[in-house]
Amino acid sequence: MAAPELTKADFQSDQETRWCPGCGDYAVLAAVQGFFPELGIPPERVVFVSGIGCAGRFAYYMDTYGMHGIHGRGPALATGLAAAREDLSIWVVTGDGDALSIGGNHLIHALRRNVPVKILLFNNQIYGLTKGQASPTSERGKVTKSTPFGSIDGPLNPVSLALGAEATFVARTIDTDKQHLPMVLRAAAAHDGAALVEIYQNCPVFNDGAFDALRDKKRGAENRIYLEHGEVIRGVVRRPDGTLAIGGEGEPVVHDAHRDDPSFAFALSRLSSSPDGPTPIGIFRDVQRPVSGRELTHELEDARARLDDTALDAVMSAGDTWTVS
Amino acid sequence: MQLAGSRFTDATAVFGNDLATLPDFPAEIRAPAGTVAGVSAFQIHFASRDIMTPGDAPDVLVAMNPAALKANLPLMRRGATILVNEDAFSVRAVQKAGYETSPLEDGTLDGFTVKRVPMSSLTTRAVEGLEGVSSRDAQKAKNLFALGVLSWLYDRPTEVTEKWIRGKFRGPVQEANLAAFRAGWSFGETSELIDVQVKVARNQEIEPGTYRNINGTEATALGLIAASVKSGLPLVFGAYPITPASDLLHALSRRQDLGVRTIQAEDEIAAASMALGAAFGGALGVTCTSGPGLDLKTETIGLAVVLELPMVIIDVQRAGPSTGMPTKTEQSDLLQALYGRHGESPLPVIASSSPGQCFEAVYEAARIAVAYRTPVIMLSDLFVANSSEPWRIPAAADLPAIDPHFRTTPPADGKFLPYTRDDNLARPWAIPGTPGLAHRIGGLEKQDGTGAISYDGPNHARMTELRAAKVDGIEVPDVEVHGDEDAQLLVLGWGSSFGTIRAGARRVRERGGRVATAHLHHLRPFPANLGEVLRSYERVLVPEMNSGQLAHELRARYLVDVESYGKVQGQPLLPSELEEQIWQRLS
Repeated sequence: MAAPELTKADFQSDQETRWCPGCGDYAVLAAVQGFFPELGIPPERVVFVSGIGCAGRFAYYMDTYGMHGIHGRGPALATGLAAAREDLSIWVVTGDGDALSIGGNHLIHALRRNVPVKILLFNNQIYGLTKGQASPTSERGKVTKSTPFGSIDGPLNPVSLALGAEATFVARTIDTDKQHLPMVLRAAAAHDGAALVEIYQNCPVFNDGAFDALRDKKRGAENRIYLEHGEVIRGVVRRPDGTLAIGGEGEPVVHDAHRDDPSFAFALSRLSSSPDGPTPIGIFRDVQRPVSGRELTHELEDARARLDDTALDAVMSAGDTWTVS
Repeated sequence: MQLAGSRFTDATAVFGNDLATLPDFPAEIRAPAGTVAGVSAFQIHFASRDIMTPGDAPDVLVAMNPAALKANLPLMRRGATILVNEDAFSVRAVQKAGYETSPLEDGTLDGFTVKRVPMSSLTTRAVEGLEGVSSRDAQKAKNLFALGVLSWLYDRPTEVTEKWIRGKFRGPVQEANLAAFRAGWSFGETSELIDVQVKVARNQEIEPGTYRNINGTEATALGLIAASVKSGLPLVFGAYPITPASDLLHALSRRQDLGVRTIQAEDEIAAASMALGAAFGGALGVTCTSGPGLDLKTETIGLAVVLELPMVIIDVQRAGPSTGMPTKTEQSDLLQALYGRHGESPLPVIASSSPGQCFEAVYEAARIAVAYRTPVIMLSDLFVANSSEPWRIPAAADLPAIDPHFRTTPPADGKFLPYTRDDNLARPWAIPGTPGLAHRIGGLEKQDGTGAISYDGPNHARMTELRAAKVDGIEVPDVEVHGDEDAQLLVLGWGSSFGTIRAGARRVRERGGRVATAHLHHLRPFPANLGEVLRSYERVLVPEMNSGQLAHELRARYLVDVESYGKVQGQPLLPSELEEQIWQRLS
């Protein structure tokens, strides 16, 4: 008998969602709950792991297994879970402060290892839960509670960072883009290995309008440079010196997300330094590399299946022994 | 020198003596050769009776160079035998060690029995005919020559060592080492320089059973493997390299054949988080570290306290604070293990008392973690991790059961409540993949029963109380008193000072003093009878390799005026100083 079809309701927990009215997180939650049934994975085989911050609450709202962890450690918790269980679909939900500041080390190493987890990085360029301090993606000069005279530090680019960390799947999307967001999530779910999805997410309370240049209907249509594998990238040219540029003279560029060499994806990621103008949106890179622990898991399972008291006795008595009677 | 020491130890164990060892090496990987700071030493104490400690004042010292002599001479009692590698006492080497004139000539060694053996040149001569042996190989083989001399001096069986050399080395290096070892043995036998061969009979008072020689690290690894096999839980071990805990990572990394998954994490925090993440998935999650690493793991351990998931944290203590002395031992993380987390976050703490006992201690830590769904800290230390002793191998069938008791069926009304409790106050462990039991847990305070987020004050008080009651309700065996029951003085210790305290007390008894000893393996909860035991003695002495941490805890908990004897010199307590401390309190 075929299992009953899953619906969005199967992934909605009974917890009342408590983000601020108008928060971009609602749109992402709705998109995730909406697209999950099509994966055909029963909710009990899905685990959401999160860190601290507004995004951290995400785990409570999915009617799956979930762990709301500690600040920045989501990828490490998920790595341990993935090492113990290869039969689960593991998702990490994190924010720009959680993933890129306090948890930067865990993020880059989960990507480097190619741990089979999908990391959704909600980037709102601000600390929301702690009520409005500058984050590692806040722009230089940003005035916040902790930077009343403007931030003196420049931001980092999460896509460039992930590519530098040897990530095999790196994408960027926008909270309110009802077509593009599920498409990227679908591709991340299908990817064999670690996936990093940066989601531009509006914080209406502490950083409202940060992505208006992309989210507004009219401006967004002009500024979103969609990356589609095998298609010409609109508005991007290869200049005579070989570098990529937005606009100006040059040859059209066809997107290749499967290119082994990450420098092409990296060049695309450098086309914009902040989301207030034309910005590439889409899957920058999607390649295959050995997945952390994939073969090992089966070997270890087989080894454990052979273990019993007799085997344990043999292990404990290995080497030089002597008997006293 | 560590190699020669461990070979002598194995031969001694196989021969059937009881023994204890103490390796002592510099923190620098390649410390400047010939300087006192760079001396690597290995001490062994063996006898035909029960051995409690590596000993305090050795009877024989083998000094391979002037620096080794300078570093270890203060330990030697007058009349002891000192074997020196005469070839290594050049003017330059003597000065490098900090001597102005050669200690072999200037009377420094008056009162000792000095045997001058040209070990370097005899080794070179022994191997020079061998094909393919470089002069570097010959130089390295001199330690095996020294081992040969000692093996003859104490009539150790040579087969064990020769078999090891054949297994460990190949080709010319194997030949050179065998030749050097045999040359050393023959030198002992034929040279009139060493006139007495010492025979140490087999220990006849040992409990029957099959034994092997084991150090604390190996015993800990086996204990974890045994807990994995007996519980049926896969072992996931996360660690970040740190001295002296890395050896456990190395030992377990070799055991993929036993289903062990090790992860060398990006940092200490991740190592703990990986263990906890694995535990959420139904594994035996374990992490291991030493002092500075425990600081970093604190945050994850606090999460484990709230999540109420099983987890084992092994802390191989070393001298602190901060980087401190990474290759020197101490017992100074006790209060950190008990209290070193923000908020009220109680957890069970267990300490191992000897190298072999690490097996039992870590197995017990895993059993408690699983039965009570709690993180457990197992305190070992550098001394116990690196020392070795004969270990009676337990039968796998006799090990206590560890039942994960996963929750597998949803309740009749379909509403799974992850924070309900059993008789142990432990909550259900329902792992991902189980239909009908999907639930969310996290570091935010839980509503009693449902596990939903709660900021309610009285609920927080209730949960705080429940978490403490669960830990304090863990059943641990009563503390046993050893020695003279009618004594007025009790010496109470914990962790690796077990042997030293027993040995010190034995010396006192042999000279007519009356003293009782007791030892704690469980530091939280304490054995139920501890208060009563403490109050039944006029005086209680608590020796520790710290400035009185257990004493502090005992005073606070039992209002008993215990006397602390603390030592923080990076070296284990010695039986002789214990003996002196006891006598001081018997007058």
